[in-house]
Amino acid sequence: MQPPSSRAVRVSVIGLALALFVYVFVSGGYLMTVLSFAAIYAIFATGLNFFMGYAGQVSFGQNAFAALSGYTSAVLTSTYGWAPIAALPIGVCGAVVVAVLVGYPALRLRGHYLAMATLALGMIVYEIAVEWQSITQGYMGISGIPPLGIGRWELTDPRQQLVFLTLLLAIALLAAYRLKESRFGMALAAIAGSEDAAMALGINVSRYKLAAFVIAAAYAAIAGSLMVHFVGFVSPEVFGLHLVIAGFMILYVGGIGSIFGPLFGALIVTLLPETFRAFKDYQDLAYGAALIVILIFAPKGVASMARLLPKAHR
Amino acid sequence: MSKPSQLTLEVSGLTARYGPIEALHATNLHVSEGELVAVLGPNGAGKSSLLRRIMGLVEGDGRVSFAGSLLPKSDPRGCTMRGMVLVPEGRGIFGPMTVLENLDLGAYLATDKSEIETRLQRVFDLFPRLKDRQKQLGGSLSGGEQQMLAIGRGLMAAPKLLLLDEPSLGLAPRLAEEIFVTLGALNKSGLSVLLVEQKAPLALKLAQRAYLLSVGRVVSEVTPDQIRSPHDLARYYLAAA
Repeated sequence: MQPPSSRAVRVSVIGLALALFVYVFVSGGYLMTVLSFAAIYAIFATGLNFFMGYAGQVSFGQNAFAALSGYTSAVLTSTYGWAPIAALPIGVCGAVVVAVLVGYPALRLRGHYLAMATLALGMIVYEIAVEWQSITQGYMGISGIPPLGIGRWELTDPRQQLVFLTLLLAIALLAAYRLKESRFGMALAAIAGSEDAAMALGINVSRYKLAAFVIAAAYAAIAGSLMVHFVGFVSPEVFGLHLVIAGFMILYVGGIGSIFGPLFGALIVTLLPETFRAFKDYQDLAYGAALIVILIFAPKGVASMARLLPKAHR
Repeated sequence: MSKPSQLTLEVSGLTARYGPIEALHATNLHVSEGELVAVLGPNGAGKSSLLRRIMGLVEGDGRVSFAGSLLPKSDPRGCTMRGMVLVPEGRGIFGPMTVLENLDLGAYLATDKSEIETRLQRVFDLFPRLKDRQKQLGGSLSGGEQQMLAIGRGLMAAPKLLLLDEPSLGLAPRLAEEIFVTLGALNKSGLSVLLVEQKAPLALKLAQRAYLLSVGRVVSEVTPDQIRSPHDLARYYLAAA
């Protein structure tokens, strides 16, 4: 049997995603909310994939950019009465500016040192969210954040939200795909392979690493703002360390470096705990065991399993 | 030894530092147009540091002039743009990429597609095995093929001067010979080469001149006919000591 081409794999994945989307859209209910969260997480992880999967760097601080944009959206809309459609881009731009300012010096570091620097960034933003109570309301958080919308029309219906988030995710994945396949993407792959070899080829390593960091920050910022408008509430915990862990889990379970990895990972990380609800007190135990089983059988993530298909038929 | 008139590379007082450790001390050397110059020395002599410092990949002092202009201290991209290309130690192959993608990256600074295609054909003519394996992943090639790919990738940048760091490292003698025959052909076609090598007899077959490096210093400059046996080589090192 001939191995499936990458085009066939892509078509199958898109087909499966569409089938899941139609099923959830028609059946409605709680699953729709879970899938909407999966879409937001997938956007967040697509950015992280850019920095870690394509450029081979490490960041524990993507939650900082989600928080900066999320809080900007929340404060501008709920405190100052801005329209969400105007607040969201301001939040994203703010996060991008911070990414440039922080990334320029931090990206001189490599490996574990870069990881520690980015972790510190996440912790600093978390502390600011806790301590700057006059703006952020501290641990109490900000509630009553309006949903996204244009003018009087608001995105309140869960079905509309799901369609909107799915379209946004599709655009995010397509943009990531185009960037990965471009010369810029090739240069990032070279940097991931060997920074010295990439430099010797004339690739401007520091500039490209910064570009990847900023792109990842932009994705995280979009996800952060979407999250606060989707939930209607924000507190420091929304963008705490658990978001960093979720991002890593999504990437490694889904398949780091793969375009569809964040999509698979986000679906697994959000849907799997729901399927173990019947286990009650043992829900987390069953969820953890399931993740371990997935990583044993697909150590490079679920997205890599397509590559195993031809071997299975030999 | 007098310097020929058309210098491609001139290095003076060059040092290389890794934090507080100086791996290369006040080194002077030159490579003329169309010349193949070897830098010989044992492990830890500072050979790789010399090439990395010339490219601006490590910190240090001193002057590097290439094709008549003084190079900034740390501008590897500028070096490549000017035509000085490094084939690094350990080859630096991008394992998850195909042979063709690796070669494409070699021509990263080129924009003219027909020019890139011409360079690619030239590399395939030099290394037909790369043409056969162009869709294979770089990481799945044998050591010899990886070295061919590393040199081929360097040639894709259309160098005027190729800096080669231990191309024979980890290769079977027959494969190393094969690589060196190709290097000789490249040099005969007019390419200047600065070759760092531990296997002195192999390098001296090709080189017009050689610098002997020991503990981060050039201890002697020799021509191949001055080194007829390993004893001659030892004599130069001992004289310097």
